[in-house]
Amino acid sequence: MRHTRTRSILPAAFAVIFVGCGGGSETGVQHKSITIKGSNTMVILAQSWAETFMRENPGIAVQVSGEGTGTGIAALINGGTDICEASRPMKDVEKDQVRSRHGKDVKEISVALDGIAICVHQSSPIQSLTEAQLKAIFTGRITNWRDVGGKDEKIVAYSRDNSSGTYMFFKEHVLSNEDFAREIQALPGTGAIVNAVSKDPASIGYSGIGYASGIRVVPVRRDEKSDAVAPSLETVRSGQYPLSRDLFFYTTGEPAGDVKAFIDWVLGPEGQKICETVGFYPIVKK
Amino acid sequence: MVERTRFIGGLFQALTALACLIIITMVAIILGNIVINGAGGLSWEFLSQAPRDHFTQGGIFPAIFGTAALVILMTIAVIPLGVATAVYMHEYAPKRSRIVQLVRLAIQNLAGVPAIVFGLFGVGFFVEFIGRGVDHAFYGGRLMYGQPAILWAALTMALLTLPTVVVATEEALRAIPQSYREVAYALGATRWQMIRRVVIPQAAGGILTGGILAVSRGSGEVAPVMFTGAAYFLPELPTRLHSQFMELGYHVYVMSTQAYDVEATKPLLFSTVLVLLILTFLLNFTAIMIRAQIRKRLRYGR
Amino acid sequence: MVLSLPRLQRIGTLSDRLASILIKGSAFVAILALILIFIFIGREALPVLTSPEVHKEVDLAKLFLPQASRPGAAAEFTWQPISEIPKYSLAPLFAGTLKVTIIAVLIAIPLAVAAAIYTSEFAPPWAREAIKPCIEILAGIPSVVVGFFCLMVIAGWLHSAFGWTYRLNALTAGVGLSLAVIPIVYTVSEDAFSSVPQSFREGSIAMGASSWQTASRVVLPAAMPGVLAACILGFGRAIGETMIVLMASGNAAVLSWSPVDSIRTFSATIASELGELVQGSPHYHVLFFLGAFLFVLTFVINLIGRWWVGRLQKRLQGAS
Repeated sequence: MRHTRTRSILPAAFAVIFVGCGGGSETGVQHKSITIKGSNTMVILAQSWAETFMRENPGIAVQVSGEGTGTGIAALINGGTDICEASRPMKDVEKDQVRSRHGKDVKEISVALDGIAICVHQSSPIQSLTEAQLKAIFTGRITNWRDVGGKDEKIVAYSRDNSSGTYMFFKEHVLSNEDFAREIQALPGTGAIVNAVSKDPASIGYSGIGYASGIRVVPVRRDEKSDAVAPSLETVRSGQYPLSRDLFFYTTGEPAGDVKAFIDWVLGPEGQKICETVGFYPIVKK
Repeated sequence: MVERTRFIGGLFQALTALACLIIITMVAIILGNIVINGAGGLSWEFLSQAPRDHFTQGGIFPAIFGTAALVILMTIAVIPLGVATAVYMHEYAPKRSRIVQLVRLAIQNLAGVPAIVFGLFGVGFFVEFIGRGVDHAFYGGRLMYGQPAILWAALTMALLTLPTVVVATEEALRAIPQSYREVAYALGATRWQMIRRVVIPQAAGGILTGGILAVSRGSGEVAPVMFTGAAYFLPELPTRLHSQFMELGYHVYVMSTQAYDVEATKPLLFSTVLVLLILTFLLNFTAIMIRAQIRKRLRYGR
Repeated sequence: MVLSLPRLQRIGTLSDRLASILIKGSAFVAILALILIFIFIGREALPVLTSPEVHKEVDLAKLFLPQASRPGAAAEFTWQPISEIPKYSLAPLFAGTLKVTIIAVLIAIPLAVAAAIYTSEFAPPWAREAIKPCIEILAGIPSVVVGFFCLMVIAGWLHSAFGWTYRLNALTAGVGLSLAVIPIVYTVSEDAFSSVPQSFREGSIAMGASSWQTASRVVLPAAMPGVLAACILGFGRAIGETMIVLMASGNAAVLSWSPVDSIRTFSATIASELGELVQGSPHYHVLFFLGAFLFVLTFVINLIGRWWVGRLQKRLQGAS
């Protein structure tokens, strides 16, 4: 009674599993799906692209995850993704690793423009910050707001963790490759940073321009004498905003098939329009 | 002197009662907060639809499906292995054998190993080592199993919950009076017949309890599945063993730390947490009920 | 002997043997799996100790001793694996883990043990029926939910109440972590108290002691091994917990004494950095080293706990 029932359930379950397992591979049909992994800054952009693209091309599935540019690059090296979305350029040593594992060079494609926004609490009196001041704050040399024209309170700085492309970009371009101060809080996503800054009056953080809401964006000056520039379509495109950057897709070798179709679509008018809707900037047509 | 002792006595009792009260209040606050903030979002649409608009609209059906699929696969792996191990240790192995002691030691310690270490093992062993091997052997190097997949996440969770099942089964086996076994032998049964027809049915309640506790733990632990198969946003449900899947607990983690606009997803977040809690509690409650039933039956005979 | 048995019983013997093979086989697989974890993690962690290639980036000295981040700069303990000069000091991670564990345990143990005493010695039956399910509910809450609640709600409350510099810090995470430790300490302590023979209590009351005197001078000492075991189990649970600290502690590898500084623990480090690993890189091996470290740590804690408790038990039993 009881054992006959269990005895028939178990083999049936196994059969279902094996059929399910075999079905995908034995037919040899490449399951049409594109995997995108990488930047947390770009994940919302990639998700919007994916949703719209899938609506127009029902046969293709696009799968997105965004735990950080570093995870995407690692996945590209390990062979675990079709497209790596990156908010910083790949380093030569990383490109070499792809070449040595897969025998092909990476293909770098600029898909959008972004400006790194410096975020502070809505109530902060800071009007602008120079690049040098930003560097001093995030390397821990300046620790009190009054040293940059604010109130007398300790600066609480939020950053991404070290798998983030935004983290790396900030480190390279603002900190000149110096290390972040140890006290800097490392949060796992851009949304978390913006959320934290919006709750903490003495805080400062950085994020992609697409996420900046609920906080105040501080204009940046290159140095003491320059004008303060706020990130916008014109200032980022022209390079006037000091913290402008490209957002990239990387593939191993030239993209082909569905992946190429997707990337071409992204670079086309529809894809670029979505950039603006999400809050980033379309690339400059060359 | 007596007054002083009575006063201290009263104080002591009051303090310990206060401790209880504090704990109860904390639990009440957590549950109350989650229910208040999350109940509003619960609806049939929430449970049956996929998320939209960057997790600010829609529902969490893929996460529910993914959690269920994960847990089913995990149970298929862990129950046979766990029960077989317990049966072997209790019925087959010679008493006081070295192997039994070694296994007991391994199980006791594995129960205390942090979940993230299982995740590490899952990535390093299942995904990289075995997965890649399977790819090389069966798929000519194409990447099918050498990446995060529901199969590996399920196996990792099975390893995590194996001690629970083994301990629960052993408890159940120990509760069976030796006379039951002797009667079976006296009637001419072989060892396997005795186990199959007497021991296992009697232990079924305990095995079930262990299974349910394993499932309850499996649906809530996030660290082991973070890198072995759970994903942030998937356009389709996991239908193959090598698919990735969305999972309730992982979803909560990602939404609270990496979502686009954490404030806007808050209502959805609280509702998701509420669903996860309800699921966990239902499972635990069922396990407790079954355990109570077993104890009643053991006390009053069948 | 087999040949002399009737046919039915011979078939019985066949299925008997098949079943015993299957069962022994499955048990073997399970045992193998359990042992495999030890071996595999050790194997992947070993290159940190032995491989010259890994040593180019990190070695035991770099893990445990202070390093100068730039030539001429002061030697300090820093964890910054992604950097021009990768820094792998374990000291800030160890300090962070210890801080949050101690805070959690300091909150959880008094509350849980006191609650256990109340439940087993003083509480009226209706209260007992209310408290036990409460603790079971707390035990059933997944740690990601506790971490979520800590991040979203508790951190905000504590920050507005105390106004610390950092909203996410060791204390906040410690409060959340204590919620996960309380059930274990309570359950094991309560078990210990209930296993104290009723005769102890009766003897004490017969000699004129009051209820609380019995509890504190007779029952508690008698249950001490169990209570200590509970504390040790709680400590072990707190050390390995990942999700709560990952979400609520700020994840900054700060080496300091202050409980309101952010911290980075071993488990949270593994969880946040595992995703970006290239298989076989030095960073990969160091994370496995951390995992092995955690593994050995919890193993040793459990072992010491059981040994110490066993000794106490023998002493108490010997005395009585």
